[in-house]
Amino acid sequence: MPDPATAFSVGPNGRRTPSLVRRPSRRSRFEAAIRATLFAAAAVSIATTLAIVFSLLNETIAFFRDVPIGDYLFGTKWSPQFQGEQQSFGVLPLIWGTFYLTGIGLLVAIPVGILSGIYLAEFAPTRVRKIVKPVLELLAGVPTIVFGYFALTFFTPEVLRNLLGLGVGQFNALSAGIILGVLVIPTIATLVEDSMSAVPQSLREGSAGLGANKVQTAIRVVFPAALSGVVAALVLGASRAVGETVIILIAGGQTANLSLNPTESYQSMAAFIAATARGDVPTGSIEYETIFVVGMTLFLITLLLNIVSIRLVRKYRQVYE
Amino acid sequence: MTDQRREDEAAAAKPTAAPKPAAPTAPAPAAPRDVIFDVDDINVFYGEHRAIRNVTLDLHLNEITALIGPSGCGKSTFIRCLNRMNDLIPTARVDGKIIYHGEDLYADDIDPVQVRKRIGMVFQKPNPFPKSIYDNIAFGPRVMGMKGDMDEIVETALRRGALWDEVKDRLKTNAFGMSGGQQQRLCIARALATSPDVLLMDEPCSALDPISTGRIEDLMMELKREYSIVIVTHNMQQAARVSDMTAFFTVELHDEGRYRTGAVVEYGETDKIFTNPDDKRTEDYVTGKFG
Amino acid sequence: MTGAQIAERAARRAVIPQASGADRAFATFFRVLMYTAVGISMLALVTLLYDVARDGLPKVSWDFLTSFPSRIIPENSGIESAIWGTLWLMAVCAAIVVPLGIATAIYLEEYADRTKWWNRLVEVNIQNLAAVPSVVYGILGLAFIVRGPLDLGRVVLAGGITLALLVLPVVIIVAREAIRAVPPSIREGSLALGATQWQTIWKQVLPGSIAGIMTGIILALSRAIGETAPLIVIGAAVNPRFNPDGLGSAFTALPIQIFAWTTDKDREFVELAAAAILVMMVVLLLMNSFAIFLRNRYEQKW
Repeated sequence: MPDPATAFSVGPNGRRTPSLVRRPSRRSRFEAAIRATLFAAAAVSIATTLAIVFSLLNETIAFFRDVPIGDYLFGTKWSPQFQGEQQSFGVLPLIWGTFYLTGIGLLVAIPVGILSGIYLAEFAPTRVRKIVKPVLELLAGVPTIVFGYFALTFFTPEVLRNLLGLGVGQFNALSAGIILGVLVIPTIATLVEDSMSAVPQSLREGSAGLGANKVQTAIRVVFPAALSGVVAALVLGASRAVGETVIILIAGGQTANLSLNPTESYQSMAAFIAATARGDVPTGSIEYETIFVVGMTLFLITLLLNIVSIRLVRKYRQVYE
Repeated sequence: MTDQRREDEAAAAKPTAAPKPAAPTAPAPAAPRDVIFDVDDINVFYGEHRAIRNVTLDLHLNEITALIGPSGCGKSTFIRCLNRMNDLIPTARVDGKIIYHGEDLYADDIDPVQVRKRIGMVFQKPNPFPKSIYDNIAFGPRVMGMKGDMDEIVETALRRGALWDEVKDRLKTNAFGMSGGQQQRLCIARALATSPDVLLMDEPCSALDPISTGRIEDLMMELKREYSIVIVTHNMQQAARVSDMTAFFTVELHDEGRYRTGAVVEYGETDKIFTNPDDKRTEDYVTGKFG
Repeated sequence: MTGAQIAERAARRAVIPQASGADRAFATFFRVLMYTAVGISMLALVTLLYDVARDGLPKVSWDFLTSFPSRIIPENSGIESAIWGTLWLMAVCAAIVVPLGIATAIYLEEYADRTKWWNRLVEVNIQNLAAVPSVVYGILGLAFIVRGPLDLGRVVLAGGITLALLVLPVVIIVAREAIRAVPPSIREGSLALGATQWQTIWKQVLPGSIAGIMTGIILALSRAIGETAPLIVIGAAVNPRFNPDGLGSAFTALPIQIFAWTTDKDREFVELAAAAILVMMVVLLLMNSFAIFLRNRYEQKW
């Protein structure tokens, strides 16, 4: 077998040139090493998910050795901090709190977000756009702690109590829910705007050609064409609201509540986790375990929402790309 | 050329050289033209679909070979076989042999990176890098680790590409600021900087205006003294003007038109192909009856 | 009007039906709705900024920036430890996220064969991770990094790693987009000259996408600065009267200090929270402006 390092290939005219045969070299080893390193980097993301699932699962299993799963899933009283008779681990109030607050938030965010998105996509003149888009981007960039501060120190006392005269407690679902909605408005608005802008111009022209005015075109033609993108936006907004912690922790209070009274204090799953895990919770205690089992529940719920949202986004992408 | 230098040094180191052919005693008949690519039954598949079938021909040294034919007949696919560029397409598979300098380019142990250093390519749409003119030209030699004065290498390449006089005062300016024709000549010069012996050109003038096209055609005629050129072109007049040999590709439809495969109908001297082709399909195409 | 003009107008009316009053009324009503919606967003932002500025502006001073927080005396409290804690966290976070995020993006865009199931799994996984609530990352930090296998304790390194994992999916997604923006013709041109894959990436693709990548990283880091929930869960210190002195040091951060003061019974501390918020928002504004500047100045137009 000729040695590739010194072998020659013979060209026309009998000229000899170095062989093209692959030979192991510093460069080829280097390229292979690069590829392996990059793959290892990509694998970190897999490791992260595995670590999340593992740590949640581990303590969740430990929890269900102490508390029957039926009590957890179907119990209507959540009071892990009490001892003895009063202690109860029914998670329904937390799940209810999460969705109740998300519901209030979406009640604000969906109409405002969709209308803003439609406006930006179909109606806004350039001058107005130059103001409204940055406003939405600013709103999207405000850290949630700031919203929490705003809800507790301004919205509850000055808007709800003083301005509107409502008899709300210092911690109440209305404040936390509405501000949660404000948090989510930019998410919905920008996604709605994106999916409506992606609708081909030919549809608008066709509608205008049939005599429809701009509003009719936007509502009856463009919006339905962008519908799955809009629904994806809503699901994404809901997912964000469900996972939000600090606004509810600060403004919603720390009472797990299973009623329908927006003036009372409520607690969401995420808020409970942050309230309980204050860094000095002893490992292995039942308190510690509650963090994980509620975390697991929250994780599964957002995972479900995310899968639904991705399916919808894929459906919408197929139509126009 | 560095290849030459390398080979000379090696020849000096190894006293046993290949035996020289005996000098002919009688007047030789017309010398057979040297072959740079011996293409042997090439078939290219994209997944299950065969894109070109059974291409067998010899491409000659220091000549311009034109590949002509209607759209979608596999000319670009074929030319990309010559420098292993089809490797970049995950579903592509090439069967057959292409012998270059005594080695089969598609043998298992051939390094495609080395192949591309010796066989250069210019693309349909000029694709200069977003760097200076100097850095564009120097890129190939730098990644090859070519030793030598880079300024000199750049100047030589730009002169070979008939671009030196126009850009010698602005070598450090960004290549994106050049016109389309200049950019394409830059891409040619860039390909020449690595001292290949073959230049593959895939419709190099189709994105250019007629004047730039003319300049590049003149350039090609000059270059063929030192390089072997293979050009894909839609422009029959261009093929007739510049090439020595022409291969006419056609599309074969299978399965009620759903399945298209390219094949070579006729390959021969350009004069013959355009004035007296053997195959009727060739004649129909070059006289404009279709395509 | 001339007879001809009258006739023309009548003809036009006959061919093009007059818009009905109901249609026009609804259109106007809808426009009002849209303006209201946009107005609500703007009102929310303005009110929020006003509230924070009103309460906080009087309290911002050089002393405020250079004092440690006191649990008892608001007048002497400041955010020095919070600022330094945030800086330390950001340094650790950036040091992890920049190489890891870019490397993953390069792998997915340039090397991964998308027909292989494991590569698609990596992609889907990253999208899922981007949607996981930040508090769950806090739980991961608590169970795995602060305690558990890594057992680092409630220290800067643990906080930085946790935040890095939180924003990593965002960085990967942004870096991928920047890399994808480099046209394939550039890669083809480079490879056709005999460059290897990595040479092409290092000398053509990365330089051409670095502006977009950097912009994305800065935006991701500015998100990390404002994250509160994960830091609460892993046990950031509250009201520490010291700055971090190393990766193994306890720490606090701006959002944590804001949280502690916001929930304090004493109104004075609540106003300090507003001041701290102002400082944080100024930092965020500077970072975002810098990112936009980078993008406008250095973005490669193909």
